[in-house]
Order: sequence, then C-alpha cells, then structure tokens
Amino acid sequence: MTQNTPQDNKALTLKLVVMTLAMFGFGFALVPLYSVFCEITGIRSAIVETDASQVIETPDIDREVTIEFVANRIAGAAWEFEPSVTKMKVHPGKLYSTTFFARNLLDRPITGLATPDIKPAAANKYFQKTECFCFTEQKFGASESRDMPVRFIIDPELPEHVDTVTLSYTFYSQTELASAAR
Amino acid sequence: MSQVDTHSHTDHHDDHHDHGPAKGLKRWLFTTNHKDIGTMYLIFSLVMFMTGGAMAMVIRAELFQPGLQLVEPGFFNQMTTMHALIMVFGAVMPATVGLANWMIPIMIGAPDMALPRMNNWSFWILPFAFTMLLSTLIMPGGGPAGGWTMYPPLIQQTGVALPFLIFAIHMMGVSSIMGAINIVVTIMNMRAPGMTLLKMPLFVWTWLITAYLLVAVMPVLAGGVTMLLTDQYFGTTFFNAAGGGDPVMFQHIFWFFGHPEVYIMILPAFGIISEIIPTFSRKPLFGYESMVYATASIAFLSFIVWAHHMFTVGMPIAGQLFFMFSTMMIAVPTGVKVFNWISTMWRGAMTFETPMLFSLAFVFLFTIGGFSGLMLAIAPADFQYHDTYFVVAHFHYVLVPGAVFAIMAGVYYWLPKWTGNMYDETLGKVHFWMSTIFVNVLFFPQHFLGLAGMPRRIPDYATQFADFNMISSIGGFGFGLSQLLFIYVVIKCAKGGVKATDKVWDEPRGLEWTLSSPPPYHSFSVAPEIK
Ligand code: HEM
Ligand SMILES: [Cu+2]
Repeated sequence: MTQNTPQDNKALTLKLVVMTLAMFGFGFALVPLYSVFCEITGIRSAIVETDASQVIETPDIDREVTIEFVANRIAGAAWEFEPSVTKMKVHPGKLYSTTFFARNLLDRPITGLATPDIKPAAANKYFQKTECFCFTEQKFGASESRDMPVRFIIDPELPEHVDTVTLSYTFYSQTELASAAR
Repeated sequence: MSQVDTHSHTDHHDDHHDHGPAKGLKRWLFTTNHKDIGTMYLIFSLVMFMTGGAMAMVIRAELFQPGLQLVEPGFFNQMTTMHALIMVFGAVMPATVGLANWMIPIMIGAPDMALPRMNNWSFWILPFAFTMLLSTLIMPGGGPAGGWTMYPPLIQQTGVALPFLIFAIHMMGVSSIMGAINIVVTIMNMRAPGMTLLKMPLFVWTWLITAYLLVAVMPVLAGGVTMLLTDQYFGTTFFNAAGGGDPVMFQHIFWFFGHPEVYIMILPAFGIISEIIPTFSRKPLFGYESMVYATASIAFLSFIVWAHHMFTVGMPIAGQLFFMFSTMMIAVPTGVKVFNWISTMWRGAMTFETPMLFSLAFVFLFTIGGFSGLMLAIAPADFQYHDTYFVVAHFHYVLVPGAVFAIMAGVYYWLPKWTGNMYDETLGKVHFWMSTIFVNVLFFPQHFLGLAGMPRRIPDYATQFADFNMISSIGGFGFGLSQLLFIYVVIKCAKGGVKATDKVWDEPRGLEWTLSSPPPYHSFSVAPEIK
C-alpha cells in the first residue's frame, strides 16, 4: 500500500456517489417491486372480476364458512357507508349476493371508489367476485343513497384451516384521488 | 494497491504543511483537519445528547405518575418523536463519525481523511439540519408527533412542520453519506504501506462496513421521506389507498432503512469494544478474523430482516416465518462476537479502569438487549409485545448501555490521547457506577410494563402500571444527572491534569499510541512502517 493519488480518490468517490444515487432510485423502485411481489404471491387483494358465465356452482354443503362484511370510511368523509348484513354463513362453491349501503351526505354530486381487502390473505385467491361495486367508480347525485351489490363465490379449494373470511371495503369520496387509482 | 507513488510525499498538503491550526473561529469554520472535525462532531453529539436527554426528562416526568400532569398529550408525542430523532441522528451517529474522524487516520497511519474539504461540509451541514428540526417545536401546530418512524397516514397530520422535518432528514442523510464516502475512500486508499486489510484495527473494519451500510440505506430513507412530501403537497399517492397506494409500503421502505440503521449505530460500538477489551486484558483480541467475518455477516443479514418490525401488519405465515428465522440468524454472528470478547478476557491480566468498566457493562447489558430482541423476533409472541414498553426496553438496552456506553468507553479510552491529560479516574468510576445502576433502574422495569401490556408512546396509563413507571422515572432522572458528571470530567480533562504518556495505557496496541499525547496537528505526514 502506497500513499494514494488524488485520481484514486476521485475514482472511488465517484463509484460511491453512483452507488448512492442508485440506492436513491432503488427506494422508489421498491414501490412497483412490492406491488408486483404482492400480486404474484396473492398478498394483496387484487381487484379482479370473475366472469359470471364461467362460474360453475358445485356447492360443498358439508362445509360452512363465515363471511364478515366490514365498511370503512376515512375520517371526515362525507359518506354514510355500511354493509346491509355484517355476517353470512356460506357454503363454498355456491354463489351469494349481498349489498352495501351508501349515502352522499353532501348537497352536490360526488364520485366514490371502494378498495376491497380480504383477510386472512390466504383466502385471497379463493374469494371470487362476479359483481362488485368496487370494479367501477360510483357516481352519486346530491344527497343520493343506494344499495350497491356484491356477488361472490368461495372456491371450494379454500384451505381447510380458514373458517372465517373478512371482506372489508374502504370507500373513498375524493373524486380526484379516486380517478387517479385506475 | 501497490502502484508506485510518483509524487513526493511533501507536496500533498500544499501551503499549510507543518503549520498549527489557524486562530479563532475561522479555525473551526474552515478547518479540514480530521482532528478538529472529529472534535466538532463529538462536541455536537454531546450537545444533542443533552438536548435529546432533556426531552427524555420531560417524558419521564410526565410518566412519573398516572394521569396528565405536566404537558399536553400532543406535546408529549412531540417529545417522544423528537427525542428519538435527535438521539439517533444527532447523538449516536455523529458521535461514531466523530470517533472515526479522530481515530481512523491515525489508526491506519494516514496524514488526514482522503477528502478533507468534503469532511468540513459533512460536519457543518449538521448544525443547520438540527436547527431546522428543533425549530419545528415553535411552529404553529408544533413539531412532528407521529413517532420517529413517521408512518403515514398519521405523520401526514403534522402541520407546517412536515416539510421542515423532511428537509432536515434529507440534510442529515447528505451529511452521513458524505461522511461515509469519506471514510471508505480513506480506508481503501490511505493505509500506510504494510497495513493490509486484515491488519487493520477492528474499529476501522467495523467502520468500513458501517460506511457501506450508510451508503446503501440512507438514500432509501431519503426516497421514502421524499414520497411522504410529494404525497402531502404534490398529489402523488404512494402511500394513499384512495389513490391506489398503500400506507404499509412506507413501513417496508422505512424498515429497509431502519434495520440496517440500528446496525449503523451498533457496529462502530462493537469496534470500540474490540479495541478496549484487549488493552485492559493485556492479550490480543481473540478471533480477530472471525470478528471481521461476523461483522460482515451481520451487515449482510441486516438487509433481509426488516419486516420483523411489521409482524402485525397482516403478513402471510410464510413471510412471518422467513423474517422470524432470518432475524434469529443474526444472533449467531452476534454471539460469535460476545464469546470472542469473553475469550479475550479469559486468563488475561485484567485491570478495571473506566473504559474497561464501560466495556464490560456493554458486553453484559447489550447481551440482555439482544435476548429481548430474540424474544421479539418470535413472530407469534411479537403480537403481544409489539408497540408495548417491552420494545422500548429492548431497544434502549441495545442503544444506551449498548451504543452509548461504547461511545463513552471510547471517549475515556482516547481522551488522554486527544488532550494529553489523564481524566480523573475516580470521577470516571463514579460516573460509570451511577450510569450503570441508573440505566438499569430506568429500563429494566420497562420489560415488566411491556409484558403487562403498557403501550408505548402514551402520556397517561392505567393505574396498575404506576409503581414500575415511578421506579423507571427515578432511574431516568438519576441517569440524566449522572451525565452532567460526564461533561464535568471531560471538561476537567481538556483543561489539564496529570500528563498522559504517549502509550497512556499499559500495553495498548495500534498506531495511535506511537504518536505523542496529544498528537501533533498533522500526524503521519510520512507514512509509518508497519511490521
Ligand atoms: C440479536 C439482535 C436483535 C434482534 C433479534 C432484534 C429484534 C427486534 C425486533 C423483532 C424488533 C421489533 C419489535 C416490535 O416492534 O414489536 C426490534 C425493535 C427495535 N430494535 Fe432490535 N433486535 C436486535 C438488535 C438490535 C440492535 C443491535 C439495535 C440497535 C443498536 C436494535 C434496535 C431496535 C430498535 C430501535 C427497535 C424499535 C424500533 C421502533 O419501533 O421504534 N435492535 N428489534
Ligand atoms: Cu430491526
């Protein structure tokens, strides 16, 4: 090891600066990377529509699964939003439908968007929705209220240990933000 | 690294070769001298340690009894948030950088840091960053109060303070990245002839690895907080579910930085302890090479364990298992280190001067923190422990009698070298015993509080937690007061005292002990011979 020259220092410094910038970029790259990862592994509930005509009902009447429905709003949202039933006992392989009720508390029209979440995550792949108000934006006139339908079927392949599945929706009312989602 | 140097050694530092320091304020503002800059880092760190400590006193005073007595809950939350940010970025990190500045060049036989002007910048950014951060306390709406982990959406309820918090973090990041680059370049390019990598003192090794960690993760934190900023002010929705984003994403980004960050704070501490224990055991370090490899494995593993901070976010079982086992794996290289320190002491002719006392306390108490870490790493158990005082007890054991004790051990160990005077050994020992007793009174009861279910970051609590909280607060006040003694000992030593010899200790190893005490302003202008 001899004394360094300024050129050595420059070259190594440059390498480290490039590494710094690359890691700064990597921080941002983590966002799409995580999304892809979560969708491949089924960690995140992808908003996927199951084609109703493709569904063949094969009810497994020996098995009963409890489905819980949960409705969330962010604090201060100008909505009323709740499930019409909070719990249902279902047989895997059979189509069911339920509704969520929403009311616009403002005296002007707004658009909302619901994002679904399914827990436990292991149930994600087996909870198929043939119809859901979360597939499209929901436009509400001034003070309008209505029931919004969800039709779903639990795949009989649902792992044995899952006996309760929670379907929770968060309903966002901010028009601009909701449209940014798609 | 064996290219022949064509320059003569003397034209390296152009005009101020052999000069002493400039006079007055200008010396400190414009200095490019590693010893000056190291001193400034250490003083800055001490000031921040007292500032963050004062906030901890507010926290412990409020928690002395159940009920709200002294401060508003909002202000309490500002105190916990600011305390953590200041201690992590203002006290522990600058202290280890300060030690690196002082010691690395004279441990590897270099005349100075490789990039001395950048060194000046990395230091002088810090006072501005922390002035900015502290100024948020007097802004409308107060300082950030959402915790040092800055999770959205909570942190986005911060008022006007948010952009100041984020810019302050950017500045701290820039400062530590510049510091880290400087350290890597110095270590790679400036070693004296014969100082091969595997001859470097362990403090230099741990800092080399730490510096790489800094370069790898500080930019990721910068990216994360930048996304918070654009979410708040520019309509992006990285972490906003309403726009297709995901708040949990922030936690992933934060902890991808956050877990390596805890090793950024502890690896230099491991290095300091590995210098001190051999000196006072009068034996070479046991298992030098295994220490190097253990440090490297810890650094590598620290990148794949981050989600142990997030067991409760709703991860699939496979994820929980992965992060649980990868986390537990870190205990293996950490165990190697602890056993090596103990083996170094085995049958050594040990003496117990203040630096050694702090190092011994480090080995014991850091290990307690490691064990509570292992308990937290058990995913199913963490559902109970998470966000309770048990976590607070865990990280304070690894950070206070861990990182902070190691830094104090290092200060006592090298203070005679820096100042040329011996510190007051009696007062040093008093400081040690007071700190060690009070730190345990302060943090040990917090384990029980956490196991009994007391949440962290709350200004008030159920009455069944009253007794342990009172004990903990008493420990806190005692620990705080003990540190005033530390300041007194350091100032007294800087002002004068029994002259230190060049070697200072009986049989210290390393190039720093071949220099005079204090070392000349410019040392090793001619590279020393390494045998
Ligand atoms: C064997 C080594 C270690 C293990 C297994 C471990 C494990 C853990 C786990 C599982 C948590 C999350 C607890 C929860 O939030 O529920 C945690 C938190 C923490 N650990 Fe460790 N840890 C270790 C060493 C360290 C070291 C060396 C440091 C720092 C020097 C450290 C600093 C922290 C901090 C600051 C937190 C809390 C962060 C926060 O939520 O604010 N840990 N540790
Ligand atoms: Cu961690």
